[in-house]
Amino acid sequence: MTSKICAVIDYGMGNLHSAHGALQTVAPDTQVLVTGDPEVIQRADHVVLPGVGAIRDCMAEILNQGIDDVVREVAKTKPLLGICVGLQALMDRSEENGGVDCIGLFPGQVRYFGDDLTENGERLKVPHMGWNTVRQVDHPLWQGIDDESRFYFVHSYYVDAVRPEQVKGHGQYGVDFAAAMGQDNVFAVQFHPEKSHNAGLALLRNFLNWDGQA
Amino acid sequence: MALAKRIIPCLDVDKGRVVKGVNFVGIRDAGDPVEIAKRYNDQGADEITFLDITASHEERETTVHMVEAIAEQVFIPLTVGGGIRELADIRKMLNAGADKVSINSAAVYNPEFVKAASDRFGAQCIVVAIDAKQVGDNHWEIFTHGGRKPTGINAVEWAVKMAEFGAGEILLTSMDRDGVKTGFDLGVTKAISDAVNIPVIASGGVGNLQHLVDGVKVAGADAVLAASIFHFGEYTVQEAKKFMADAGIEMRL
Repeated sequence: MTSKICAVIDYGMGNLHSAHGALQTVAPDTQVLVTGDPEVIQRADHVVLPGVGAIRDCMAEILNQGIDDVVREVAKTKPLLGICVGLQALMDRSEENGGVDCIGLFPGQVRYFGDDLTENGERLKVPHMGWNTVRQVDHPLWQGIDDESRFYFVHSYYVDAVRPEQVKGHGQYGVDFAAAMGQDNVFAVQFHPEKSHNAGLALLRNFLNWDGQA
Repeated sequence: MALAKRIIPCLDVDKGRVVKGVNFVGIRDAGDPVEIAKRYNDQGADEITFLDITASHEERETTVHMVEAIAEQVFIPLTVGGGIRELADIRKMLNAGADKVSINSAAVYNPEFVKAASDRFGAQCIVVAIDAKQVGDNHWEIFTHGGRKPTGINAVEWAVKMAEFGAGEILLTSMDRDGVKTGFDLGVTKAISDAVNIPVIASGGVGNLQHLVDGVKVAGADAVLAASIFHFGEYTVQEAKKFMADAGIEMRL
């Protein structure tokens, strides 16, 4: 029996050790490959699209290396997990860096939290940094994870979804934002599961066990 | 439910080994950074910060390997500070698996470095460390070289400037309080926390768990950093979080 392959898409935007380490830890029998090679990505059983930093730089590298086409192809056929800017890149457009067109798998915009963010009269700092709760919407990737579990977030821009049924997890930070999006075999999260201790590892394990059926 | 306040244990490392007396009961080798990071991770630490005190640039390579080893096994955010002077230093640490780097003296000597770093890598991974000392009533100044060298820079104004330059977070250490165990300097912590719109980590002076509570409730810190109270098993991170939660602070338990 050949082992399953999980491809973590490397498009040159930094640190993938954590994502690799976390996936490998939850699935020792899976071959976790950090790669930018479209052929390897197409051959994988599961695909992860990570992302850190500014959307302009991420999208520039994604387009430059043709990763957008690869992602669109993958999204039709196998389980795909977007993480952080990897989620934002799947939206129509982000208002970061003066406005950047994204891959457009999900309708909706990526918006700035704003400099005057408040909740219950209390000022909220931006970036939204640290451990916050996620209100889950029924989905196989939440299996075994308590509702309202905390995950590690670090972002100044948030996903404003157009289709409410695609929001699979709600975050609250001055606004109700999409902490998780899902459609068919695609799932994407704003937080960092690879940095979210046990809850994050559980989600990654669920992803690698997922056949893409919502 | 809301965003939780964070507890961050801080470790000094030299040539890839944890130094300066980390002394957990039951740990095989008190200097093994992976083992110590795992221990704090198991105790529920929200992040871990490493302060690299390696003297020579060449030997710092071992710290890079240390970060790689930890990032493969410990799944909470890691920050590395100490000796971050160039964009290449940042790239190296992030590539090794650090989530954030903390810039201290290099920011004082060349504030534009913070701007360049934030532009290149994103504000989310740029922490600016500020070492402040009280020099008068409601007046704190930045010091460098471990608190020995005054700069004449007003600490609050500096924090505001660093936020404008793209810092994603401020790590504020009170040099008057460091190692004294009488609690954070709540005055400067509150002044800076009120003045900037980015998260502030309070550091320096923690001697008991009430100090952590005061840092958040009185001074408005978003996170608290401590070293010695955790290293010698005086308190576990879990005990500290429970204490803070009992005081009405939102924590990840």
